[in-house]
Amino acid sequence: MEHHLALSARGVQMEYRDRQSGKRLLALENVDLDVPDGAFVSLLGPSGCGKSTFLKIVNGLLRQTSGEIKLHRVAKGREDAMVFQDASLFPWYTVTDNVAYGLVCAGVSRKAARERVQPFIDLVGLGGFGDKYPYQLSGGMQQRANLARALAVDAAILLMDEPFASLDAQTRELMQAELLRIWNAARKTVVFVTHQIDEAVFLSDRVVVMAARPGRVIADITIDLPRPRELSVKRTPLFQDYGERIWGLLAGRQEETASQGRAS
Amino acid sequence: MARASTADGPTFRTVLPRQRRRRSAAQRWYRRNERLVLSLLGIVAFFAVWQLGADAGIVDRFFFSSPSEVAIAGWAELQRARFWEDVRVSSVELAVGSALAVIVSVPLGLVIGWYRRLSYAFDPWLNFLNALPRVALIPLVVLWVGLGVEMKMLIVFLGAVFTIMVATVEGVRTVERQLLDVARSFRASEARIFTSLVIPGTLPFIISGLRIAVGRVLAGVIIAEFYAQTQGVGVMIAKAAATLQSDRMMFGVVLVTLLGIILYEAVGYAERWFQRWRPSLDLEETT
Ligand SMILES: Nc1ncnc2c1ncn2[C@@H]1O[C@H](COP(=O)(O)OP(=O)(O)OP(=O)(O)O)[C@@H](O)[C@H]1O
Ligand SMILES: [Mg+2]
Repeated sequence: MEHHLALSARGVQMEYRDRQSGKRLLALENVDLDVPDGAFVSLLGPSGCGKSTFLKIVNGLLRQTSGEIKLHRVAKGREDAMVFQDASLFPWYTVTDNVAYGLVCAGVSRKAARERVQPFIDLVGLGGFGDKYPYQLSGGMQQRANLARALAVDAAILLMDEPFASLDAQTRELMQAELLRIWNAARKTVVFVTHQIDEAVFLSDRVVVMAARPGRVIADITIDLPRPRELSVKRTPLFQDYGERIWGLLAGRQEETASQGRAS
Repeated sequence: MARASTADGPTFRTVLPRQRRRRSAAQRWYRRNERLVLSLLGIVAFFAVWQLGADAGIVDRFFFSSPSEVAIAGWAELQRARFWEDVRVSSVELAVGSALAVIVSVPLGLVIGWYRRLSYAFDPWLNFLNALPRVALIPLVVLWVGLGVEMKMLIVFLGAVFTIMVATVEGVRTVERQLLDVARSFRASEARIFTSLVIPGTLPFIISGLRIAVGRVLAGVIIAEFYAQTQGVGVMIAKAAATLQSDRMMFGVVLVTLLGIILYEAVGYAERWFQRWRPSLDLEETT
C-alpha cells in the first residue's frame, strides 16, 4: 500500500551559532528518518532535543548545516504544511481570515478562500467563531485555529509541532481522535512532535525517540496496534507496554546524561 | 472590591460581587459620555479662570486679553473675507504638506526598516535629519522655492516626514519573528508579507509617529508663515501682536489650538479603526 517515501532525511546536521559569543550548538546530529507515504510518525523527546528544529528544516524555514532532505513531489498543491508550536495567529485577522491565510498565499481569492475554509473551521470545533479575533479566543481555541489553517491548504505532509500542548485533557483526546479520522480520510502523511508518550503511541505507526545535547535519534519503535484505534486502546496491556518501553528509553537517557554531567 | 464582613470573623475575607446600582437615565447618559463631559468641563474651567482673572485684574488684559474680548474679536474676524482667506491658505498648506509627508515617509520607512542593508545605510541620515531643527532650514528653503505657499508646504512636509519615518522604521523592527515564520511557511510572497504582517504590525508605531507629527506640522506652518509674512493664520497672529491687538492674536492662537485638537482626534479615530483587533485597554469594568 505504501508505494514511496513521503519524506527522507539523511545525515541531517544542524548547528546554531550564537551571534554574540560565536559559540556553536549542535541541535541535530546525524539524523536519518524515512517516513512512508501515508504514515503517521511521531517525534518524541525531551525539551531542547531539536524536534522543532527538524520540522523547520523540513518546512524550509531553516537550512540544515549538512545532510539532505527529500520530500516527494505532489502533482498539485503543497508538499508540506506546518502547525506551529505556539498558536501563531495574526492578531489583526479574524479566525476565518487566519485559517484562510495559507490559501490566500497560494493565490486563492480572499472571498473564495473564506468559503473554502468553513468546513475546516467547523471540523476543529470553531463553528460560529469565524468572526472573532484571536484575543477573544482561549488558548486551546487558538491552537485549533492554528490546526485548521494547516489543514486548509491540503498539503500531502502535515508537520505538527506539539499542536495539542495547550489543550485540556478531554479536548486533547477528542482532537487526537479527530486527527486520526482526518488522517485516515484524507490519506495524509503526518510528522507529529510531542512530549507525551501516550499521545505518541496512540496516534502513531512509528514513534521516533530522540535525546538532547546533541539532538539525535535513539530509537525508532513501530507501534503494532490495530487501526482504526478507539480511545479504549489506551487501556490495553499492549499499549501500556509500548508506553513503558519508551518511558524506559527516555528515563535511562536522562540518568546517563546526568551521570555524564557529574563526571565532566 | 472585596469587603470584609464582620459576620465571618477573622478567618475569612469575603469577596462580594460589584454592586449594581439602579441608575437614573441621566446617570446612565453621564456614564456613557463621561469622557466628553469631563474634558469639556476642563476647558470651561480654564476659560472661567482666565475670564475671572482678567476681570479681577490678576491677569494682565494688555498681554492676555480675556475670553469675552477674544470671543468678540473672533466674531468680528469671522465676518472678514481676509480671515477666511488666511484660514484657507493655512489649511491647504497643512493638508498638502502633511499628506505628502505621510505618502513619502510610511512606504519609505517600511522598506528601510524591512531591508536590513537599507537601514544600515539610511539610519545615520534619518537620525541626523530627525534631530536637525527644521526651522533652521527655512532660509535655505526660501532660497530654493521663494516665499510662496510651496515654501510653507515644504516646511510642513519637512517637519513631519522624518518623524513619521523614524517611527515607522522603529516599528518594523518589532514585527514578530514567529509570525514571519508563519508567513514564510505558507510561502507568502514578499508583497503579501508586507500587507499581512509588516504593515499591520507597524501600524501602532506609525500612529504614534503621526501623533508627534501633529505638533510639528502646526509649528511648521505657523513659523513658516511668520517668516514669509504673506498669508495665513500665522500672519494674522503676527500682525495682531505687532499692532498690540492681543484679543485678535489670542483668537488666532485658540484657532490653531483647535486645529491641533481636531488633528489629534482624527489620529485617535484612525487608531481605533485600525486596531479594532486589539483587546480594549479600558481598565474600568463596563457596567
Ligand atoms: N534560533 C536559535 N538560535 C540558537 N539556538 C537555537 C535556536 N533555536 C533553537 N535553538 C537551540 O537548539 C536546541 C533545539 O531547539 P528546538 O526548539 O528544536 O527544541 P525542541 O525539541 O523543539 O524543544 P521543545 O520540546 O522545548 O519545543 C535547543 O537547545 C535550543 O536552545
Ligand atoms: Mg519545540
